[in-house]
Amino acid sequence: MRSLESWGLLGAALLLVVVLPTLNALPPGSPLRVSDFTLNLFGKFLAYAILALGIDLIWGYTGVLSLGHGVFFGLGAYAMGMHLMLEIGTRSVYGNVLPDFMVWNQVTELPLFWKPFYSVPFTLLAILVVPALFAFVFGYLTFRSRIRGVYFSIITQALALSTWLMFNRNAMNLGGTNGLSGFKSIFGFILNSAATQRGLYVATALCLCGAFLLCRYITRSPAGRVLIAIRDSENRVLFSGYSPAAFKLFVFVVSAVLAGVAGALYAPQVGIITPAKIGVLPSIEMIIWVAVGGRGTLLGPVVGAIGVNWLQSILTTSYPDLWLLVLGGLFVAVVLFVPDGIVGTAQKLLGQTRRFKPADARLGGRPDEGQRPEEATPPSEVPHVQARVNKT
Amino acid sequence: MWKSLVLALALLSGLTAPAAAQSAGASAAGSQVGPSSEIVKLIAGVASADATVQQDAAVALGKTGDRKILPLLEALREGSVYLRPLAGGKKETVIVGDKVAEGDKTLVPLFRAYGREPVTGPDGKPVLADLTTLEEVSTGRSLRVAIRPLIDAFSGQNDLINPDPATRRAAATKMGYTGDAATLQVLEDALAKERDRWVRFALGEATALIRLRTGGEAERVAAAETLGRLRSANAMEPLHQIAADPQSPPPLAAAARDAIKRIERWGLFTQAIEIAFQGLSLSSILLLMALGLAIVFGLMGVINMAHGELMALGAYSTFLMQGWFTAYFPAHFDYYFLVALPFSFLVSATAGFLLERGVIRFLYGRPLETLLLTWGVSLIIQQGLRLWFGAANVDVTAPRWLSGGIPVMIGVQLPYNRLFIIALAAVSVGAMYLLLFRTDAGLRIRAVTQNRGMAACLGVRARWVDAGTFALGAGLAGLAGCAITQIGNVGPELGQNYIVDSFMVVVTGGVGKLLGSILAAIGIGGLNKIIEPGMGAVFGKVLILVLVILFIQRRPSGLFASKGRYAES
Repeated sequence: MRSLESWGLLGAALLLVVVLPTLNALPPGSPLRVSDFTLNLFGKFLAYAILALGIDLIWGYTGVLSLGHGVFFGLGAYAMGMHLMLEIGTRSVYGNVLPDFMVWNQVTELPLFWKPFYSVPFTLLAILVVPALFAFVFGYLTFRSRIRGVYFSIITQALALSTWLMFNRNAMNLGGTNGLSGFKSIFGFILNSAATQRGLYVATALCLCGAFLLCRYITRSPAGRVLIAIRDSENRVLFSGYSPAAFKLFVFVVSAVLAGVAGALYAPQVGIITPAKIGVLPSIEMIIWVAVGGRGTLLGPVVGAIGVNWLQSILTTSYPDLWLLVLGGLFVAVVLFVPDGIVGTAQKLLGQTRRFKPADARLGGRPDEGQRPEEATPPSEVPHVQARVNKT
Repeated sequence: MWKSLVLALALLSGLTAPAAAQSAGASAAGSQVGPSSEIVKLIAGVASADATVQQDAAVALGKTGDRKILPLLEALREGSVYLRPLAGGKKETVIVGDKVAEGDKTLVPLFRAYGREPVTGPDGKPVLADLTTLEEVSTGRSLRVAIRPLIDAFSGQNDLINPDPATRRAAATKMGYTGDAATLQVLEDALAKERDRWVRFALGEATALIRLRTGGEAERVAAAETLGRLRSANAMEPLHQIAADPQSPPPLAAAARDAIKRIERWGLFTQAIEIAFQGLSLSSILLLMALGLAIVFGLMGVINMAHGELMALGAYSTFLMQGWFTAYFPAHFDYYFLVALPFSFLVSATAGFLLERGVIRFLYGRPLETLLLTWGVSLIIQQGLRLWFGAANVDVTAPRWLSGGIPVMIGVQLPYNRLFIIALAAVSVGAMYLLLFRTDAGLRIRAVTQNRGMAACLGVRARWVDAGTFALGAGLAGLAGCAITQIGNVGPELGQNYIVDSFMVVVTGGVGKLLGSILAAIGIGGLNKIIEPGMGAVFGKVLILVLVILFIQRRPSGLFASKGRYAES
């Protein structure tokens, strides 16, 4: 069984990393050729899948629902975007070494925090470190004071809102509502050549494989067991002598880094990054990818991210009005009818429950957070006894 | 068309007929006091072909201050003054009304030059004269220019005795800007008779403004001091001009500078009051939103992400109610808001009830999933509103009794709409308190909140308590939506603008705590408005988030935590 699963995963990885780009490299007119557009679209989906893996780690495995992952995605994307903006140099519309929007806003000198982004190693480091630092500080403050469950979700949502508001301001020198765009090249390669895009796609697919293996390693390690235990009953973990806050902080930082990497891969492939990608709505949309695919499984978020975004790109081109209705409907339907998501349900049907998966197969059915035990399974009512508590 | 006009005129003349019949002799009827012989002479002079005589007569008429002359002056400006031949070769100056075509003739109703009463024939019916039999009084441009200020003075004077204080106030302010030395007397007369405090203020301000502009040096200095004492914001511009003008005499410039300083200091003070007041009304909206959220959260552990959209439903219900009133009861339009209040409560409460019974009850004990589900519902409602009503904001007109405000001190007016919202929130909180702590239903809600299992064992129908409470919370959001139409925009994204702030209130205030919610709402709403003018709305939001996070470092379960011995999970 296990080896079959591994072979399947390996096959899928080969398909994404090798087969698709090879088909794209076929000469035009060949019947099997994958168009540049499709490959680019898949590059975007796979970047999203990396992000979804991170969310699955913190939500599906640890039971902490963060509604602010768009922020970390945005931090990575903006870090990459800033380097790409500087790489444009004098090829910009105004021919100035400064990015166009700064010329537009009458900024005469490059702000200090932009300067290190000339360096490629610094940029690559920043993509990992900036989201990690941000997540560490935020996570430290919230987990330390035992902010859990819906409280944590609300606070992260407020974080997404405030970050979105800040990035929208021109005074931040990050392009305001228009964001960063007009990239010309990445590390010296011309961006709008098919070969560069193919290279970016392969890099994204490889990163996804790496992220998958990392998550697999974490969830199968003893620490991974603790994460699942935290999801199922945080207080018992606490009383057993572990520090849930430390584990949660660790996994929060890891998932933030994954989100940052996803953002950095997203920006050059899509060619633009705006605050609209980091607000409240995109942050919560990311959750639905994981929910649809199946949280608590590692394949689920990948399937969900690709599937939901594919659906979105079809619907928004043909029925733009319908997309939000469908998205809302997806939330309702998945939560009510398929709490395990596509992969979870499929696994259940195949009887392939994992070893560490608890007996209760309804993964979403466990008390999430901040829940008193008596509420976890609502008692059946006693309909025939009339309430007369106060009239005795 | 003209039949109805004649009918109306006939009715009018029917009323005045008895007096008109005796108009030659005893004019004891009171209102029919005839013009003095001097005025009669001047009225004749106005019709003179000599432009100089005409202008002198018009100005002299204006100077009489007799208000019955005003229609004649206005008619002169419009060019609707004619001469009518009388029996015996005499001519009478008349004003003609709107033209009526009858066959190939053009007929006009006639009005007396003095007081503009309809001219009636021997039968008591209004006279309709053929326009060709009348002789037009030509008016030149210089005449029109000359009588313009006279008419303005008349209308200003008219407004100064208007029964509505707001009109009197506006007239006084306007005269202060435009008036000349001649206006002063009028203003002072009015001041002597005026009772209303705010009109008296406006009259005093206007007088000082005119003196500042036209008076001698000593008078101007005194006027500048008066304006400073009055803290007149309207005087800032002329005072600044005087202070900046190098040609102003030193004592005057000094007085102007003093006055400016005084007015500015007062301005800061009034601004502070206004900010506090705006913060309070924003807090009231947040409180209405957060109350429902907090009670539901305390009861079921459920965060309702669609709460903002329930608020939007309330706002759109108000919009619909306004539309129905315009369509079916335009005469009672002002009362639409009173109907809209319970209506929006009911609409949102129904939506909340359906939401709870329809989906949320299947998800008890899974708060995070409920959160996602309600978010999905909110997207559907939002997009539904957008498809139904359009993406643009809809226009909700305030009823007349909510526009305007109470002036409490110089430069500070408390608008009725914000007062109303504060009162609404206060009443709702009071009602919630009574409901929760003084009724059986409230006892059940509290019982289920404290211990669901035990309450159910004792026969409380916990599920129905949930549904009812959820509907109640939703209804409160609907009320908030109805209230918000009076101070903010109504669009599909309405709910999203308030939801995060209301969550912050719930988090800060503690779950299911009335007092905590109130204090947190006032704190967050107030902070928002305090920070906004100095640092901008964006920094305000960010700063509040930071403060909330720091705050719950100290008090993780909000301002007022439940005291108990159970572990959280």
